[in-house]
Amino acid sequence: MRGMAHVLTAVAVIALAFWAYRETHLTQQAAAELRSLQREITGLREALGVQRAEWAYLNRPDRLRELALANYDRLGLMPMLPSQFGEIEQVAFPPRPARFLGPLIETHARFTSDGEEQL
Amino acid sequence: MTRRPLRPLARILDARARGENPDAIERENLRLRAEAARAQAHARAEGRLLVLAATFFLAFGILGARMGMEAASAPAEPTVAARPAADGISANRADIVDRQGRLLATNMLTHSLYAQPQQMIDPARAARELARIFPDLEEERLHARFTAPGRRFLWVKRRLSPEQIQQVHDIGEPGLLFGPREMRLYPNGRMAAHVLGGAGFGREDVRAAEVIGVAGVERVFDEVLRDPANGGKPLRLSIDLSLQAAITEVLEGGVRLLDAKGAAAVLMHAHSGEILALVSLPDFDPNHRPNPLVEGDPADSPLFNRAVQGVYELGSVLKAFPVAQAIDRGLVHPQSVIDTRGPLRWGRFRITDFRPRGPEQTVADIFIHSSNIGTARIAQKMGVEAQRDFLGQLGLLEPLPVELTEAPNARPLFPRDNWSELSMLTISYGHGLSVSPLHLAAAYATLVNGGTRVEPTLLRRPRSEPGARILRPETSDAMRAMMRETVARGTATMANVAGYQVGGKTGTADKPRRSGGGYYSGRVIASFVGAFPMSDPEYVLAVALDEPVETSGVEARRTAGWTAVPVAGEIVRRIAPLLGMRPEIAAGTADGITRVRN
Repeated sequence: MRGMAHVLTAVAVIALAFWAYRETHLTQQAAAELRSLQREITGLREALGVQRAEWAYLNRPDRLRELALANYDRLGLMPMLPSQFGEIEQVAFPPRPARFLGPLIETHARFTSDGEEQL
Repeated sequence: MTRRPLRPLARILDARARGENPDAIERENLRLRAEAARAQAHARAEGRLLVLAATFFLAFGILGARMGMEAASAPAEPTVAARPAADGISANRADIVDRQGRLLATNMLTHSLYAQPQQMIDPARAARELARIFPDLEEERLHARFTAPGRRFLWVKRRLSPEQIQQVHDIGEPGLLFGPREMRLYPNGRMAAHVLGGAGFGREDVRAAEVIGVAGVERVFDEVLRDPANGGKPLRLSIDLSLQAAITEVLEGGVRLLDAKGAAAVLMHAHSGEILALVSLPDFDPNHRPNPLVEGDPADSPLFNRAVQGVYELGSVLKAFPVAQAIDRGLVHPQSVIDTRGPLRWGRFRITDFRPRGPEQTVADIFIHSSNIGTARIAQKMGVEAQRDFLGQLGLLEPLPVELTEAPNARPLFPRDNWSELSMLTISYGHGLSVSPLHLAAAYATLVNGGTRVEPTLLRRPRSEPGARILRPETSDAMRAMMRETVARGTATMANVAGYQVGGKTGTADKPRRSGGGYYSGRVIASFVGAFPMSDPEYVLAVALDEPVETSGVEARRTAGWTAVPVAGEIVRRIAPLLGMRPEIAAGTADGITRVRN
């Protein structure tokens, strides 16, 4: 009985030592991974800062104005002016649909071709 | 503990007398002694085991707690500047954004190039190659510096682009090294240059350099921008980039057409004092801030902020103040008739009108047609003290509280010690008191916003309490009506942008001679200060042009009505839609349809 306890204790100590060693190792691995991730994040943040600066630089008003002017033929962009505002009354009514009776005729056609169709 | 003898004599004698073996007593005692020793050893071992167990328990407990804490800790992200900064040099600086969050200033990581000559293998080749990459470096001088005895370290170039870094790498010289540098970048170039100011390097080190603001908001908010406690939160200005760009474009056009030396424009929110745009021309690129002039007039430098630093005698735009004050005190009302026979004499001094319009005019007409004599007579009704107090209340006699380094030094000029009756008369129509266009914009904001004081600011203020009341709301109503009339039928008709009810006042002032004494003829500062829409003004616009001349007619015209006013009108035309305002045209009966209720 006593010998059994000793053996069990020894086994437990070895198991705990192994567990502790593994945990230490995993922790070190995790720390290394964390460092590399932080380096990556730092790098990405820097890149993000550069992209944001680049975005702001490409969208600077001077450049957009020049681009709008250079592509006037295709885009027809102009500075906003008061004359571009409109009143709702100035909008014409949409033209009446040309095939006003279209749906009716279709229904009729379906009805006649298949006598059991229910309306 | 007393040691008991193994063979106590009394018991031995006793045992002998009884004929027993006395050795049995000795053995018995030996056994007892051994037992006691064992019990003691057992107790000690038990105690040690207990201590050991407690130690292990504690150790595992700590480990467990630590693991738990690690598992529960919030994930933290490193920032760019989380790198250990050298010698406490903080290389992190927050961004500056406009009111809609568009980037105005940010940082970029670049590298600077330095050399350690004692590590160089071939200084001659390094100098030659560097001179090839950077045309502004001279090969001979570089070589001389590389080979100078005792030289251990030297800067070669402050900022490198990535391409240049690669080219320098390709030289393959181990004595050329790179140090990281945060660089302040203004992606919009010259836009809002005077507001932003600029930044330079402070303390420098191989591994990092401090970026510090040298002017404008960069300087004023230097501490805030660099404070790590803010966590890199961007500084949000009240400036709107689109408005700034539109106003800059129009103003640049105006300067070109009118051949002006410079110009300034300010767009301000009439209630909160937020400055939406502040333009001063000529301007500069804050990425390459020029050096200040060491001689001559600082106003000739592009660094000079005409809207804030430029204190000028702005002329008739100041007439609004005596008129407003007189109406507010109930001394006159807009239809009161004032004697405007000229010239008005004061000692040797004569006050005349640019275009006399008869012997008598109403207050409204005096304002609308800008009569010097009439305004002087109105000012006479109130006196020196009252005038001085009122201008002080409007903030026209002290430097602006705006957040620019240049502001505290831009003091208005006025007769500080002898504010005489004559000063009162000339100041009433805008001569003898020099203020900046931004001063005027803030004071006009008070005139039109219902009469509360406005303090200009460059920071985004989402909601602000109205300032101290200076004028009665009815006075503000009367001023608005007269300013609207000025644009509708007075001196500023060219600013009458259909649908936006622009109102304002013009000013044309001769420039004082720099040498002192007298005025230049043919050199004026033309200005226009206005607001829109006049029914409930939201925005105040001040435009000033330095030495404009309009040459489309037979003779050169310099008055504000022909120079500053059309520019201001064009600005309103361009920015009002950007501000999301639709023109209010009197509703026409489109297609003959009449609105009816049913």
